[in-house]
Amino acid sequence: MLEVVGITQRFGGITALDDITFTAAKGDITGVIGPNGAGKTTLFNIVTGLYTQTSGTVILDGADISRLPAEKLASKGLVRTFQNIELFASMTVLENVMLGLHSRSSSGILACMGKMPWHLKEEQRIRSEALKWLDFCGIAELAEQKASSLSFGKGRFLEIARAMAVGPVIMLMDEPAAGLNNRETGELASLIRKIRDTGVTVILVEHDMELVMDICDRIIVLNLGKKLAEGTPREIQENPAVIAAYLGEG
Amino acid sequence: MNREIVKYLLLVVVVLFIPLLVHEGYMLNVMVFVGIHAMLALALNLLLGYAGQISLGQAGFFGLGAYVSGILTTSFNLDPWIAMIIAAIFVTLLAFVIGFPILKLKGHYLAMATLGLGIIIYIVFNEAVDHTGGPSGLSGIPNLKIAGIVFDNDLKNYFLIWGFTLVSIGLSLNLVHSRIGRALRSIHDSEVAARVMGVNARILKVQIFALSACISAVAGSLYAHTMTFIAPASFGFNFSVELVTMVIIGGLASIYGSILGAALLTMLPELLRTFQDYDIIVYGLLLIVMTMYMPGGLVNGIPAVFSRLKGKSKREGGGDA
Repeated sequence: MLEVVGITQRFGGITALDDITFTAAKGDITGVIGPNGAGKTTLFNIVTGLYTQTSGTVILDGADISRLPAEKLASKGLVRTFQNIELFASMTVLENVMLGLHSRSSSGILACMGKMPWHLKEEQRIRSEALKWLDFCGIAELAEQKASSLSFGKGRFLEIARAMAVGPVIMLMDEPAAGLNNRETGELASLIRKIRDTGVTVILVEHDMELVMDICDRIIVLNLGKKLAEGTPREIQENPAVIAAYLGEG
Repeated sequence: MNREIVKYLLLVVVVLFIPLLVHEGYMLNVMVFVGIHAMLALALNLLLGYAGQISLGQAGFFGLGAYVSGILTTSFNLDPWIAMIIAAIFVTLLAFVIGFPILKLKGHYLAMATLGLGIIIYIVFNEAVDHTGGPSGLSGIPNLKIAGIVFDNDLKNYFLIWGFTLVSIGLSLNLVHSRIGRALRSIHDSEVAARVMGVNARILKVQIFALSACISAVAGSLYAHTMTFIAPASFGFNFSVELVTMVIIGGLASIYGSILGAALLTMLPELLRTFQDYDIIVYGLLLIVMTMYMPGGLVNGIPAVFSRLKGKSKREGGGDA
């Protein structure tokens, strides 16, 4: 369970986020929506430790993670994907996913240089688990290809496979459907459900309303840095304030 | 993985074969230098090619290794092997301490900071006359010896240096094909994604900077004990730039590329002697042409040329695809 409590973020004189509070329940798919500039990506960057918020706290399963830098969060089980997929272009697809297991492996520089037996054993575990996650995301046949050679859609699935390899309890996805065609969006929807079914809590920022309404258990609406509404997809669709914000009448 | 072992063994065979062709004289001395330069280029490539962090101060670490070894053996009569170990530890620790603040910088700023570091070290070599002998250098450094064999001629030095170089290559190959190697490349490709995946980029950069300095220091010790004379001029800014050139010409993020780059840039001045005073122009032109037409370095460029030639002959032969 992820609790966001009173997050405020100011950049100079601009208040990008103003006192945002919400809870993503364990095993739920929570959607964060809102018009452009609502502060969705800023919120993600704060939760994932890339920005440090002006005030407010982020609590993961009871533990305060507000001030932890990004690299410490992976081992706590918090992971994210990026709006403009951030792959390791010089590596193969398999190596990308193997990197996802970095925080769950420990061989140091000397052990790796000397090919110590425990390191080789660990390397085998990393490889077989990475293959498992490629298979989970339906891209196992691409394992040996360079990540830079993938289509945008396949790259998206690779990013998700890599995030799953981290062993997350919570996964934040920044516009996962952006740039995907209809068929790929359909595959994405079932993949996100499959991820939820493994017990991972999912939070996603998304512009594709059809996808959001289809897969989300709960939706948070942001507008101009403030929380505008919160509820089930049905409640949100009928909320007059939300409709006004989207149609620009507010 | 097996292909890796075959490639490595092939290199070992080449290294053993060279003294049969060149067993004395100037060219063998050049091959000794190729070995030292290969180690230095390899060390820099781990940092520059894999982790994507520039250092223009590598000659400084190389020089520190040489001077610590030289001073400990001449002024304190230490055994050369012990001096080498102390030099390596000292330089590694120094790189750790300097690495933490310096590697927070990125791109041009990191280049400037490492450049400054290299220059400071160079100035110390020149000015600490009591210990280093100043600009006129430090002489009378003893040779290394092992089980009664004294490494005092080019042929013995060739095997000594290349022994160390081959071990460094083997260890580096192991490293780049491990989780650490992947983590280094991930920092290079997308530091933000690497951090989100739990890679502690800050510490890893410092570690690899220290490792790179350590290998350079060992190369420096070997240099001091084989030449028996060292002077600051060998460890200046120009040499740092030359090392960066070796890495880029050979191929970034390629261990074998570093060896090719080191070999080419060490032998090139000798091969260009026929151009006499114009050799520096030919050298410059070659570098420009190389970077324009082989931006991936020799390791990527040569196979590309071959496959293009192959494609051409196929087309000329009326291939159906």
